[in-house]
Amino acid sequence: MKKILEDIKNSSLAAVQSADDPSALEAVRVNYLGKKGSLTAVLKQMGSLSAEERPVIGQLANQVRSEIEEAIAKKAQALSEELLLRRLEEEKLDVTIPGTKVSVGKKHPMSIVLEEVVDIFTGMGYSVAEGPEVEYSANNFDKLNAPEGHPAREWSDTFYFREDSSVLLRPQTSPVQVRVMQTQKPPIRVIAPGRVYRKDEVDATHSPMFHQVEGLVVDKGITMGDLKGALNTLVQRLYGKDAKTRFRPHHFPFTEPSCEVDMQCFECQGAGCRVCKGEGWIEILGAGMVHPKVLEGCGIDTSVYSGFAFGVGLERLTLRRFNISDMRLLFENDMRFLNQF
Amino acid sequence: MKLSRKWLSEFTDIKASDKEYCDAMTLSGSKVEGYEVLGSEISNVVVGRVISIERHPDSDHLWVCSVDAGLGAPLQIVTGAQNVRAGDLVPAALHGSTLPGGIKIKKGKLRGVESEGMLCSLKELGLDRHDFPYAAEDGIFILEEECSPGDDIKKVIGFDDTVVEFEITNNRPDCFSIIGLARESAVTFGTELRLASPEVMGSGDDITNYIDIEIENAALCPRYTARVVKNIRIAPSPKWLRQRLRASGVRPINNIVDITNYVMLEYGQPMHAFDYACVKGKKIIVRNARDGETLETLDGNLRKLTPDMLVIADAERPIGVAGVMGGANSEITENTVTVVFESANFNGVSVRKTAAALGMRTDASGRFEKGLDPLGTLPAVQRACELVEMLNAGDVVDGVIDDIAADIKTVTLPLTPGRINALLGAEIEEEFMVKVLSDLGFTVENGLITVPSWRSDIEHYSDIAEEVARFYGYNVIEPTSFRGAAVQGGLTERQSIERSLSQLCRGIGFTEILTYSFIGPSDYDKIMLPGDSALRNSLRILNPLGDDTSLMRTTGLPPMLEVLGRNFSYRNKDVRLYELSRVYIPVEGAELPDERVKLVMGAYGSKEDFYSLKGCVEAVLGFLRVTGAEYALRSDHCSFHPGRCAEISAGGRVLGVIGQIHPKVQENYGIETPVYAAELDLGFMLEARQPEASYKPLSRFPSVYRDLALVCGDDVTVASLEKHIRSGGGKTLRAVSLFDVYKGSPIPSGKKSVAFSLEFCSDEQSLTDTDIAPLMEKILKVLKSELGAEIR
Repeated sequence: MKKILEDIKNSSLAAVQSADDPSALEAVRVNYLGKKGSLTAVLKQMGSLSAEERPVIGQLANQVRSEIEEAIAKKAQALSEELLLRRLEEEKLDVTIPGTKVSVGKKHPMSIVLEEVVDIFTGMGYSVAEGPEVEYSANNFDKLNAPEGHPAREWSDTFYFREDSSVLLRPQTSPVQVRVMQTQKPPIRVIAPGRVYRKDEVDATHSPMFHQVEGLVVDKGITMGDLKGALNTLVQRLYGKDAKTRFRPHHFPFTEPSCEVDMQCFECQGAGCRVCKGEGWIEILGAGMVHPKVLEGCGIDTSVYSGFAFGVGLERLTLRRFNISDMRLLFENDMRFLNQF
Repeated sequence: MKLSRKWLSEFTDIKASDKEYCDAMTLSGSKVEGYEVLGSEISNVVVGRVISIERHPDSDHLWVCSVDAGLGAPLQIVTGAQNVRAGDLVPAALHGSTLPGGIKIKKGKLRGVESEGMLCSLKELGLDRHDFPYAAEDGIFILEEECSPGDDIKKVIGFDDTVVEFEITNNRPDCFSIIGLARESAVTFGTELRLASPEVMGSGDDITNYIDIEIENAALCPRYTARVVKNIRIAPSPKWLRQRLRASGVRPINNIVDITNYVMLEYGQPMHAFDYACVKGKKIIVRNARDGETLETLDGNLRKLTPDMLVIADAERPIGVAGVMGGANSEITENTVTVVFESANFNGVSVRKTAAALGMRTDASGRFEKGLDPLGTLPAVQRACELVEMLNAGDVVDGVIDDIAADIKTVTLPLTPGRINALLGAEIEEEFMVKVLSDLGFTVENGLITVPSWRSDIEHYSDIAEEVARFYGYNVIEPTSFRGAAVQGGLTERQSIERSLSQLCRGIGFTEILTYSFIGPSDYDKIMLPGDSALRNSLRILNPLGDDTSLMRTTGLPPMLEVLGRNFSYRNKDVRLYELSRVYIPVEGAELPDERVKLVMGAYGSKEDFYSLKGCVEAVLGFLRVTGAEYALRSDHCSFHPGRCAEISAGGRVLGVIGQIHPKVQENYGIETPVYAAELDLGFMLEARQPEASYKPLSRFPSVYRDLALVCGDDVTVASLEKHIRSGGGKTLRAVSLFDVYKGSPIPSGKKSVAFSLEFCSDEQSLTDTDIAPLMEKILKVLKSELGAEIR
């Protein structure tokens, strides 16, 4: 009996080891431990044993059973591990195949730059003011110290809606300044981005519609030094800490003193090259201290308050920023162009 | 404005290099556009003396010259010109020399005879006979200048100069002159400015014997100054004068004409010379043109004059357009004996308008239109007469007619150093301010500044601040950060919404575009707007660039379709675009239109259909918290497919429209695939916005789902089915979602199958079949009675 059990144990363990898939293993289990299995058959003969032998053989049989069971369980685990590994191997992907396409739209390059400019100034406590594009001449010219007869008022330069020239398409964002100063008391700290229009034919550097960002600060004791500080911040935030500016006198009717601001040419670092036409500097914006006539015309007491204003052409910033050579691309909206940003 | 540095040196001595000079002038407010070193293309060309000349042994037209070029041994140079004689001084281009146009001269053989250079003609040096009237038209330039062999030709022909080009701003007409720029230069470099008063000897006689001046319109001609010169001897001007004109970009003509141009350049005061013999009735009248009058101007064009134009007339007819151009009928000719020099002050706006109306902007009108110094007329006419005497061009008749028709005001201002420093944010000494102002020609006495007559731009302390600052140095002023009261900046709620809405559009696959605000009437035709459509009522630009940009758009649809069409023609596939920008709706009785922001979305491509775009619109509305939007079929919107267009409304207000673009419109834009578009009014959407949600507790009990497949008439809308399902389901019915619409066998024709998934949930209990069954029954009953829909 003992010998039989030993044989069963040996042959079953060998069978377990050689089972190479779960069904073979199950067959082994049925073969030995099933109702008609060989170990079960042995156990059925237990009744024929003597009272002395029975516990010994019984114990041995149980031991054999649990050994087989343990072996089967172990083998089952190993097989399932193996199976999983095989499956994982089979499920291997070519991870270089592109992902399922989710199309996300692009921001227009002008908006990229505009939002950046807006963020720079809102971060410094400026608000964003808006005004109509179809505007009164009074707000665009008279109140900005460009009285009747000023050349910019010519019909050859500005678009008009009325024969008496009283309503126009604003050629600058500056009338927003006037609207702000007439409705808000100092301290004023605003920027006014928007579309502006001039009677220029379309070419690589001109467009009858373009964009400006106007800035206006009015408070007690505002100086030209403050203007320089604000514009240096803008230029350095847009073009990096090393960007150098130069302020030179210029003329605008609504500011006095007025200046134009040049940035050192990024291409040649001021040595003079094709990009800056040999000057070493590139003009980027116009600015100045708000003309006392303008302040007073808007009801602001110039013995108490002063202010500065500036205007930046957004197209120019955008073209420079992305190395775009032709302004027309901005308005053409070709996906092959827009997708690049 | 072009400035010859040689001419400048007559007024002030500036040692700076060209680059240093230009940089410093730019920074003190006279912006330099560029500079040109004259003759920079010419090198190694010298004066040569022809020692001997003989025929080329192998040619009947070439000559072999022996030339002393100051090198010791003579050079052998072959020339094809026929005007060279022994003893002549000629320009000789040596081996390795360069000439204008990138020409390089090298030694070589001409028909076997060695030539060590080239003799030059005027043209080869970049000159013409206006520069050297005595030179031959063809052939070598035989020099009649004081020079000797070996001299650099550039110095001999006046090319030892640099011409600096300035951009002069509108407020500084005084800088449209050599003297004005010399003054700026002297103050910039701290050098002395030498100005001389012109002196005229005169030759007796009396101007009143010759001419009488009458100003009829004093507003347009505040001052008219004139002198008469008789016994005119027309001749070329001397070299120095020709070279200065040439450097300033003005062509020399003859002494009298050149003098008027010279004085204009030097003083900034335009001058004109009339042939006295052509001035009828010994009278010059400054008056408005009469209706129907015409004048042939000096450029040979017949000009139609209108009564708003100021003319210079004699007793009978116009002889010049004031401040713009003289008339051909009184032009200086070879035969002119007596001239009248005009030096007048005309109203700038009037001159500009006249010049613009006649389409002839001239050097003179360009100066007048900026407003000239009324005190400048007399020195200019004196200078012209001084030059006449200097050039021996005629005899100046004694006496000046100087008709001052309007008051000339002197401006005075207090000097307020404290205020100026406060504005600039600087600490500039009063002494420095006084010095700058004095050097600029202001007088400062007892704290009072008197503004010179040529500085009409100065009227305020801030103007004085600029004068001081530009010589103190804009770049010396320290950049500072203003302190001031704290203000709350940042974006308004509306601005933030616009920004995040834009972001959402990109997130759902739409790319932002930027289009012109103006369109043309034909754009409305292209989208098939009927003639009486309210949208055709657009604001019209009276002076547009063209018809196609003459209207302010009332809808963003045409530009969107235009851009889609362009992308289609570029074969760009699967395009989704949006634009968030304004339309301009005229308002009855108001001067300004209502500028409304519209969100326009447009798309074409393999994955697009009505519902794909509608899903995007729903996402937009959901994002903006516009709930309960309704979509009603709109068959009469001419731009859209009549069966695939919906008007979108919420809270009783129309928010916009969505649909498939009408095939004909699509064709108008050259697009060969269906196009879908939506236009939504941002303002109306924001008005329909629901308040921010407050949290509702989640049910502790699970939801129960039931599918409901219905068969109903084809014309029953999904929206109506859903509405009645909801009404039947009551508050336990939490959600209704469509998952299938089917037409065709086995569904009878004229019918369709519609399937929904229904979610039921209660806050009080777990729902069981017994709870749901009566609800389902009720729903079916409502559907049957209201819509004739039955369970499939």
